[in-house]
Amino acid sequence: MASALINVPKRAKRGDVIEIRALTSHIMETGYRRTAAGEVIPRDIITSFTCRYNGREIFRADMFPAIAANPYLSFFTTANESGTFAFEWIGDNGFSQTASAAITVE
Amino acid sequence: MRGIGAIVSALLLVSASAGEIPQQQRRSGYSFMAPDTKAMQDDDTSNPGMLWVLDGEALWNKPIGTANKACADCHGGAKASMKGVAARYPAFDKSLARPVDLEQRINLCRTAQQQAPALDYESHDLLALTAFIAHQSRGMPIAPASDPQLEPFLARGRALFMQRQGQLNLACANCHDDNWDKHLAGSAITQGQPTGYPMYRLEWQTLGSLSRRLRGCMTGIRAQAFSYGAPELVELELYLMSRAGGMPVETPAVRP
Repeated sequence: MASALINVPKRAKRGDVIEIRALTSHIMETGYRRTAAGEVIPRDIITSFTCRYNGREIFRADMFPAIAANPYLSFFTTANESGTFAFEWIGDNGFSQTASAAITVE
Repeated sequence: MRGIGAIVSALLLVSASAGEIPQQQRRSGYSFMAPDTKAMQDDDTSNPGMLWVLDGEALWNKPIGTANKACADCHGGAKASMKGVAARYPAFDKSLARPVDLEQRINLCRTAQQQAPALDYESHDLLALTAFIAHQSRGMPIAPASDPQLEPFLARGRALFMQRQGQLNLACANCHDDNWDKHLAGSAITQGQPTGYPMYRLEWQTLGSLSRRLRGCMTGIRAQAFSYGAPELVELELYLMSRAGGMPVETPAVRP
């Protein structure tokens, strides 16, 4: 399964407010649904997302069963130094996924 | 008396078929969508269908089956070899003597050339490969093959489209030819142009094929839906693609 689609501007001027978008593939099974036979489909969701900018956490989100499949998050930060954004998704059943994107700040 | 007159004229309105949609009035489902949903489709980093396209690219290059061959071993780079392919499917298959859609073509290639088991309809891998292949035709006009062998199948597909069926006794044409500019509850009816399959439907929360969409519509009019892979579904797809001839491919589209 393809990991994630990240959109971070490749370049920015120091002090610019930039938008970061992160889309990842996950079924986000709520745990409230049942099969035709009446058995509960176990919950399988992403529970936490974090974004670090050169190691410093700049954004965190906790996710719950009401979040749609393939969660898409968009948020803003100030570009103040060149470096990398590291993204991490953690979820049920040991789900863990990482991605990163580089930015050059002039 | 006036009440009865109103009912009679309403019935006349419903039964008067507007007929097929003129060329210049054809509209993709895209044009009926809210700006947010349009933006989601337009940006490849927010379009969830791109997750399947990326997976399809990996599958394209992965050797499988007893033959240990990848799609790329015969077809090379998909950018060149698969460009425009989805725009002319379903196409006639000589060995089966009937049209096959893109999903069936992929499975024929798998079983015959790669000697691997066929993929299930709506399985992740089949959708991913189909989306990847169809994505190579994005922006190209739908160009139905002008194959005389296809004509009887096309005629049957058209007849199916016009055929009233199910407990609600509705034909595809009653909504998608005659009433596409109206709403059904809060939703736009749309013209049912198959420009972006496989597509990501927000209601499904996943990618799905044209067959799945057609089956959903048939269940909606309380008709018995054709099984996946049924020749009738392919005939309907064939008619829909010829009806949308010239409209650009959008795969992977996003729809509400």
